[in-house]
Amino acid sequence: MPLIEVRDLKTYFYTEDGVVRAVDGVDFTIEPEKTLGVVGESGCGKTVAALSVMGLIQIPPGKIETGEILYHRDGKVTELTGLNPKGREYRSIRGNEIAMIFQEPMTSLNPVYTIGNQIMEAIILHQHLKKKEARKKAIEMLHAVGIPVPEQRVDEYPHQLSGGMRQRAMIAMALSCNPSLLIADEPTTALDVTIEAQVLDLMNGLRENFNTAIQFITHDLGVIAQMADDVVIMYLGKIVESATVSEIFHNTKHPYTQGLMNSIPSLATTKKERLIPIKGVVPDPFEIPEGCGFEPRCPQAMEICKTKIPPLKEVASGHLAACWLYE
Amino acid sequence: MSSDNILLDVKNLKKYFPVRKGVLRRVVAHVKAVDDVDMYIKEGETLGLVGESGCGKTTTGRTILRLIEPTAGEVRFRSKKLAGQGEEYKEVDVATASRKTLKALRRDMQIIFQDPYSSLNPRMTVGAIVGEPLLVHRVAKGKERENRVRELLGAVGLKPDHMKRYPHEFSGGQRQRIGVARALALDPQLIIADEPVSALDVSIQAQVLNMLEDLQEEFGLTYLFIAHDLSVVKHISDRVAVMYLGKIVELCKTEELFTNPKHPYTEALMSAVPVPDPDYNVERILLEGDVPSPVNPPSGCYFHPRCRYAKDTCKTEAPVYRNLGNEHFVCCHFADSLSLRPVQTG
Repeated sequence: MPLIEVRDLKTYFYTEDGVVRAVDGVDFTIEPEKTLGVVGESGCGKTVAALSVMGLIQIPPGKIETGEILYHRDGKVTELTGLNPKGREYRSIRGNEIAMIFQEPMTSLNPVYTIGNQIMEAIILHQHLKKKEARKKAIEMLHAVGIPVPEQRVDEYPHQLSGGMRQRAMIAMALSCNPSLLIADEPTTALDVTIEAQVLDLMNGLRENFNTAIQFITHDLGVIAQMADDVVIMYLGKIVESATVSEIFHNTKHPYTQGLMNSIPSLATTKKERLIPIKGVVPDPFEIPEGCGFEPRCPQAMEICKTKIPPLKEVASGHLAACWLYE
Repeated sequence: MSSDNILLDVKNLKKYFPVRKGVLRRVVAHVKAVDDVDMYIKEGETLGLVGESGCGKTTTGRTILRLIEPTAGEVRFRSKKLAGQGEEYKEVDVATASRKTLKALRRDMQIIFQDPYSSLNPRMTVGAIVGEPLLVHRVAKGKERENRVRELLGAVGLKPDHMKRYPHEFSGGQRQRIGVARALALDPQLIIADEPVSALDVSIQAQVLNMLEDLQEEFGLTYLFIAHDLSVVKHISDRVAVMYLGKIVELCKTEELFTNPKHPYTEALMSAVPVPDPDYNVERILLEGDVPSPVNPPSGCYFHPRCRYAKDTCKTEAPVYRNLGNEHFVCCHFADSLSLRPVQTG
């Protein structure tokens, strides 16, 4: 039984300049205790898809147009888009059963409260612990994420911590209520590689200890290879390819995914080869192509691609791609 | 050291920023952003400068150009444009050059900045931005200047009619191209590229990297390529310098660095980079803790608190930056005896 099933999700934003179809008909599932990697470039809708699950879309200008987000727990199914995002039930899920960490830990922590206070807030709210117990739990969590001298750090303010430590504090906060799903939105993008390695290692360890499923959003295919079990590739608000991590890397189907793979230099190649970039740029959100969104940049584009949107269909066992090449 | 084609020779370069405190703004300490850096760049090559945030790589780049006044050291540059009659070049110390010489030198040394959003004036048209160096240095004006701008925009893959547009009308990758065109305007010998692709999406990053390689070939450019992304540095550089807390800890040919690293920090840095291959299952070397503060660096070798090979000597004695032969420079007491792990290639 999956943990989260997202079906035909459409999240649009109604701006003064027109409608931005940030997420435009997306289906994916997250299995319990597994990591789903969501890959895409800026503006592809990967963050908006995650915020839709969290019920954090600002309405207006945003609106969940259609679609279902089914959340399975204890044999019950809750349809998240049907809940009032500000209502009691959503609030009891958000931060408790589904938690999120963000890219820039400095801007997502409150600078005027100690990190201990911020972690305790979630614990007191969701787990109904007394202040003293909550503090104990906060120290325990800081210890679990590898912050040295947690008894002392718990009373420090975010500015007193380094970037890596702040991200650890964020993770401690997110995991403090033992969520069944942790959404991590580019959690290591702002960190240096040696710190990134520490945080990724930590997240892998915590996943085992806390039995948490992770939705890992990133643009870095290296991080995906290391973290994810399953991967979805997004482009212009749609999923263009979806498969297990080894299928995605070894049996790449969609021209966009192939393009991404060819355009990154890798440490593990011996020869100095010329990179093969994807031509052109991501189209303007107000001028989305009529057919396949990737058609103007695709080296293998055909006539049909200009007019008809390819459906996401199975091209190999458990491997989906949205491309007319595989019709 | 083969000395014939060395374009830029940096010796003992230092930049200390004072830390002031109290009512009297007394100097209580120094941030040693660049601490005794030695390196040279040969004509036509790309030297990659890699390190984590705060290691001083950007300050090094800017101090070389003297956009930041150095505290001490020499930056010897062989300028072609300053060469007199019959001379191939003139060697100038950028660190002590007069204002007038410095201005002339700017025609030979240019910079590309990291953030293509903040390094272009939003109120100037692209034509004005790219053409400004030509005006400042009185190289071309009027129709001639316009033609040169067209040519430059063509060289970086933009259209001539982009001249009349403003920076906000362009995407990140295109803006970076505008920055490159501006740097090329005066036909420089050396370009310092300070994280030119780190603000760009991967598909665009590859376009800009390829363009930089093409331009290097076309115009015979020499690059100092500053980046934090080891994969990018490996791809573009002929030689690589690894920086840690204001010092270069290792510098050698790219191939050599990745197959035969000699400094434990290089080893850890290479091991930390996520490799885009799910079957890549090499155990990572995780560094403990964070980069120490450059105001109060550790005693002895700056890297010793995080180094898994550290011995007692490392705590007390600072290692000397030395040449192991074959242009392999390293700053570690035990560079000869350690056997470090190279990058595993798959």
